[in-house]
Amino acid sequence: MTATLPSRRDEAWRYSDIDAVAAAWPLPAPESIIVPAAGSFKRAIVQDEGGIRQIELVIGKGAAASLHVLNIGGAYGRIELAVTLHEGADFTLGAAQIGGGEQTLEIVTTITHAEPGATSRQMVRSVLAGTATGTYLGKVAVARGAQQTDSEQDVKAMLLDRSATANAKPELEIFADDVKCAHGCAIGELDAMSLYYLQSRGLPPAEAKKILLQAFVAGVFDGAEDEEQLQALALAKLGELV
Amino acid sequence: MLQIENLHANVADKPILKGLSLTINAGEIHAIMGPNGAGKSTLSYVLGGRPGYEVTDGSATFDAQDLLEMAPHERAAAGLFLGFQYPVEIPGVSNVQFLRESLNAQRKARGEEPLSGGDFLKLAREKAGLLKLDMDMLKRPVNVGFSGGEKKRNEMVQMGILDPKLAILDETDSGLDIDALRIVGDGINSIMRRPDKAVLLITHYQRLLDYVQPDFVHVLAAGRIVKSGGPELALELERAGYAEIAA
Repeated sequence: MTATLPSRRDEAWRYSDIDAVAAAWPLPAPESIIVPAAGSFKRAIVQDEGGIRQIELVIGKGAAASLHVLNIGGAYGRIELAVTLHEGADFTLGAAQIGGGEQTLEIVTTITHAEPGATSRQMVRSVLAGTATGTYLGKVAVARGAQQTDSEQDVKAMLLDRSATANAKPELEIFADDVKCAHGCAIGELDAMSLYYLQSRGLPPAEAKKILLQAFVAGVFDGAEDEEQLQALALAKLGELV
Repeated sequence: MLQIENLHANVADKPILKGLSLTINAGEIHAIMGPNGAGKSTLSYVLGGRPGYEVTDGSATFDAQDLLEMAPHERAAAGLFLGFQYPVEIPGVSNVQFLRESLNAQRKARGEEPLSGGDFLKLAREKAGLLKLDMDMLKRPVNVGFSGGEKKRNEMVQMGILDPKLAILDETDSGLDIDALRIVGDGINSIMRRPDKAVLLITHYQRLLDYVQPDFVHVLAAGRIVKSGGPELALELERAGYAEIAA
């Protein structure tokens, strides 16, 4: 984590709202979570008032951790995760960031596969309207000797207005030769024909958009603590945007 | 019920409909036939209000309302149903969820009470049974993984649930095997053949008309109706071809 106030020249802060970062600086120490060997951990994080939240998560040998993140609030909301996986550990991130107006929302992850046989899955969906900016910067680092690493980054963003911005940067740094690191990334708009089809059955435009967006973010909260509450909060936020 | 007068419409600045007039009264079934590129699908999309289909002249009145001024969902609430030639697949959205929300949005627009979940499922089950579509398919995402015939039967289930006054069915028969064609034909008759309802069938072929007997048959060519007649016109077309009749 950075000790001095970052600028946009820092890759990890390139798309950030630097004024908001400066106002929050210096940041408190990151929250530290250690999942012991063979343990399991689950948490849902709802970021609904803005701010920068940093979490360091260490997942012990054979342990499993899953985080579900809904990043929706404040002028600037950043969630930064530094995850270290030990042998055979498993990490799941399911995240949605939904913003409108002039919001800047960011999810920044560094997943370090420190030892062999660990798995990580990241699924991130962003829905952006107005002049909002949504960013996902995700680095997967595979250490020397961390063979049989299996990691996946599945990142999609939906722009509701041409004035909104989505940034997505999956990044791989691999020092082992027997690994599987999948990454997929797509940024798009709502499908016009699907919207028309739904409206032709009687759904007003806002409802039609909402139902498509609900489907777009569906899946990120599968298996979450409070899955229903997260879905409901996400739907309410989507309702504000359409 | 529907009066179309001198309708002109462009798609991507290209004139497709060039002065089409047609009147459909309650209780009637009309068939529009015509060669590829005549403007059949354009007519259905213009009446359904699809964005990108620009009306440049003429009028369309539906139950004394200016149809062309209405948004697609308002047309649906007013009782218009468009059966798509290529029903759209919508991953992640369940058929029953979207249909229930659609029906209740229509009912709300008409000042009616929403249908409860139980009543809706009962209605959906009845219409699915009518079209011999497994109820499980209705719980799946809209048209995803459906065969061509299942998609068309799903369109008819939707029509049954939404219970429109006027159905415009764009090549509902295409992609259907013989058995499915009979099921869809029976479905159309049972849902729509009522004194207070009307149907506009758009088709290439006579065969659907064996199951759904039209009262009037029109030939659409180069953006306007060039010939109208009774059911015998469809047979004549089948025998002689469009080139002969439309010439």
